[in-house]
Amino acid sequence: MNDRSTADTSVLLKPDREVGIVGYGAYVPRYRLPAAEISRIWKGGQESGLPVKEKAVPGLDEDTATMSIEAARNSLARAGIDPQAIRAVWVGSESHPYAVKPTSTIVAEAIGATPGVQAADWEFACKAGTEAIVACIGLVGSGMARYALAIGADTAQGRPGDELEYTAAAGGAAYLIGPAGESLAVFEGCYSYVTDTPDFWRRPHMHYPSHGYRFTGEPAYFHHIVSAAETLLSALGRRPADYRYAVFHQPNTKFPQRVAERLGFQPEQIETGLLVPFIGNTYAGSSLIGLSAVLDEAQPGDRVLLVSFGSGAGSDAFSLQVTERIVERRDRAPRTRDYIRRRQEIDYGTYVRYRRKLHTH
Amino acid sequence: MRIARNWRTRQQRYSLVGEVCTQCGHKIFPPRDVCPHCTQPAQLPYALSGRGEVFSYTTMTSAPQGFEEYLPYTVALVKLEEGPMLTAQLTDVDPDEVRIGMPVEMVTRKIREDGEAGQILYGYKFRPLLERQTAT
Amino acid sequence: MRDVSIIGIGQTPVGELWDKSLRHLAHDAVVAAMRDAGIERADALYVGNMLSGELAEQEHLGALIADFVGLRGIEAFKIEAACGSGAAALRLGYMAVAGGLHDLVIVCGVEKMTDAPGADTTSALALAADQEYEVTHGLSFVALNALLMRRYMHEYNVPHSAFAGFSVNAHRNGAGNPNAMFQSPITAAAYQQAAMIADPINLMDSSPICDGAAAVVLVPSDWAGHGRGAVRILASASATDSLAIHDRRDPLFLEAAYLSSQKAYRQAGVTPADIDLFELHDAFSIMSALSLEATGFARRGEGVRWAEDDGARIAIDGELPISTMGGLKARGHPVGATGVYQVVEVVQQLRGEAGVNQVRDARIGMAQNIGGSGATVITHILAAE
Repeated sequence: MNDRSTADTSVLLKPDREVGIVGYGAYVPRYRLPAAEISRIWKGGQESGLPVKEKAVPGLDEDTATMSIEAARNSLARAGIDPQAIRAVWVGSESHPYAVKPTSTIVAEAIGATPGVQAADWEFACKAGTEAIVACIGLVGSGMARYALAIGADTAQGRPGDELEYTAAAGGAAYLIGPAGESLAVFEGCYSYVTDTPDFWRRPHMHYPSHGYRFTGEPAYFHHIVSAAETLLSALGRRPADYRYAVFHQPNTKFPQRVAERLGFQPEQIETGLLVPFIGNTYAGSSLIGLSAVLDEAQPGDRVLLVSFGSGAGSDAFSLQVTERIVERRDRAPRTRDYIRRRQEIDYGTYVRYRRKLHTH
Repeated sequence: MRIARNWRTRQQRYSLVGEVCTQCGHKIFPPRDVCPHCTQPAQLPYALSGRGEVFSYTTMTSAPQGFEEYLPYTVALVKLEEGPMLTAQLTDVDPDEVRIGMPVEMVTRKIREDGEAGQILYGYKFRPLLERQTAT
Repeated sequence: MRDVSIIGIGQTPVGELWDKSLRHLAHDAVVAAMRDAGIERADALYVGNMLSGELAEQEHLGALIADFVGLRGIEAFKIEAACGSGAAALRLGYMAVAGGLHDLVIVCGVEKMTDAPGADTTSALALAADQEYEVTHGLSFVALNALLMRRYMHEYNVPHSAFAGFSVNAHRNGAGNPNAMFQSPITAAAYQQAAMIADPINLMDSSPICDGAAAVVLVPSDWAGHGRGAVRILASASATDSLAIHDRRDPLFLEAAYLSSQKAYRQAGVTPADIDLFELHDAFSIMSALSLEATGFARRGEGVRWAEDDGARIAIDGELPISTMGGLKARGHPVGATGVYQVVEVVQQLRGEAGVNQVRDARIGMAQNIGGSGATVITHILAAE
């Protein structure tokens, strides 16, 4: 916690016009691989200290595009707007189905937003989705667009036997950003904190990522989240107690719990959005699915702090206040926990097949 | 895979955009430009809800080329609530759970891939209605 | 319009004919038919074939086969209507002779399926269905028939075992046909235990992949006296339905089979009660039930009842003999050749040349060839002269 910016409101990313979330939607695939099952294969069944209970695994016919489409449709259902009014569809992911060819064009076409629309794929490890949200805030806040759609989704892969295999999961969430006057939650401000910190990476053509083991903790995850959160709170003149809910990026169960404690948040504030034990780390979807689970429950007037983390590294911190529109909109689409309840457990063999780790040639 | 053929039909495949007959009002899917009910021209696009029920189904244990890696999978005739029937795969369901009359909803999924370097074909499939708990 | 008669028939054995190419199969059938008719020339050759391009990597069959059988120079081409290609070729020949364009026409149905790997064949057969709206979703041709069979069983509350008699009857008759692919009878129990392909369709519901060729020689009936055992074509009629099952008004009613059989009955001046034997398109056992309903032999939902008691009522000595030489199930289903095989077998019956499978006092026989899952249906009614 060194060289942080002090209480300087000029560091805030805040548009001229008030902007908020008009609609949101989550998606989590049906299949679950228990951590104990991975441990059975690679550690002889040790059950202590597993980072999650289980993780969500996509079906053979799912990828970041299909998950994004469903999350986007849920966000549109809640917003109740004409998709032709959307001016940007931005998908953040580290598992785009194509290396070259946008996921976002597929999503934009499927939701009926083409052709008068910006479309691009964002990449910043696990914070690609919140990067897209900040961009949407700028686009809508400047008056260039009335609505813009930001999605964070991943079908993350961990190398078989690696510690990341326990958590690398699939899921995503979509946020339709629009004028504050139409929003179910309004952005009070956001702040991005970025340094060049090589904690986790994947080189071109590599199937699995590499990481710096314990280096991913203090200098990466904790430093960036704490820095981003403290700067935002300070600039807004807020304290943790002002927030009913907080959501932090969730690479495992412990990290978000610890970072919450370090920032002065109580366990009850993070409980609603802490989904990692049940679905694993959905990477670009991780903090955004946490937020969707919070919005499923939040009441008008509640404040929510959202802080993402992306390796490489950086954090985007957002302060949100829920409006009365949440009440009528949230049940226009499935809730996040509806997807989590839809659960089909699979064994390691099925997982290996579904995730195409079997070589048949 | 035929790139242009799939591209031409992307809206109907991604999001069940069919047609409505301006003469007799029938909803039409797949789009066919001539109303099969009154044989009048019908080219007005109409987005179907994607809700329907299983009219019949079977589970494939051997697959045509390009679908081998998805075996076993269940295919069905789905009767949409607006009237038209279509053929599609069921997804997110165990073959033993499928029943005639089962309510289903459309999702957009990967239909198949043209090898590791080729295109990915997306399109409609149907899954059992997602169970929802509206109030907590 | 002139009346048309068949004065010659020819067929090859049906099966996995590893030493015969497509052209050799066609040659054997055409030459046999010409010899049977006692002719050495023809005005035209029409070839029914579905999959030569896909599986034998050969199109342009008309000229190829005309040349190969020694008829270079005559009019010849291929006609395709999926599994209905054979009867389509016959109907084309019928139209040419009836219309006075030609006097001496050879019709050949030929299919060479076994050279290609099984997966290629599965994909090729699916070409009969709607590519963009059925096949693109990963359905095979078997799957489409399974959808029909499942719905039939559901709607009419019929167990799978109720269809056994169709298969038992076909294999019983195949045993008496030296050209049949399968010449061993099966039991209803064996039918029930067969391996599943696409539930509820199992191996014994389904006709086999095979090679074969059959041919007939057509002339104006006025000429028929010149040939041996001439058989008159009383009716030739075809009709269509949507390719895709989901586009049909009622998926469990073969509208095209109804339309084409009704036209045929009118042309021939007969009713179903006059038909002494019926070569129907039993590519799958569900198709037997649906065909019997559409052609007026059974009410809706009751076609399957013809299969009761191991198919006693459809046996050679039954009320309505069907698949008398084994049908598609046991004789085999070399797809584009099947429609011609059916007619060749009706001619065998009407001539009294069906051997141990002879239907007693057979005077009028019907053959119905179906393309796809019912999109093209061609019906022929034949009578002994």
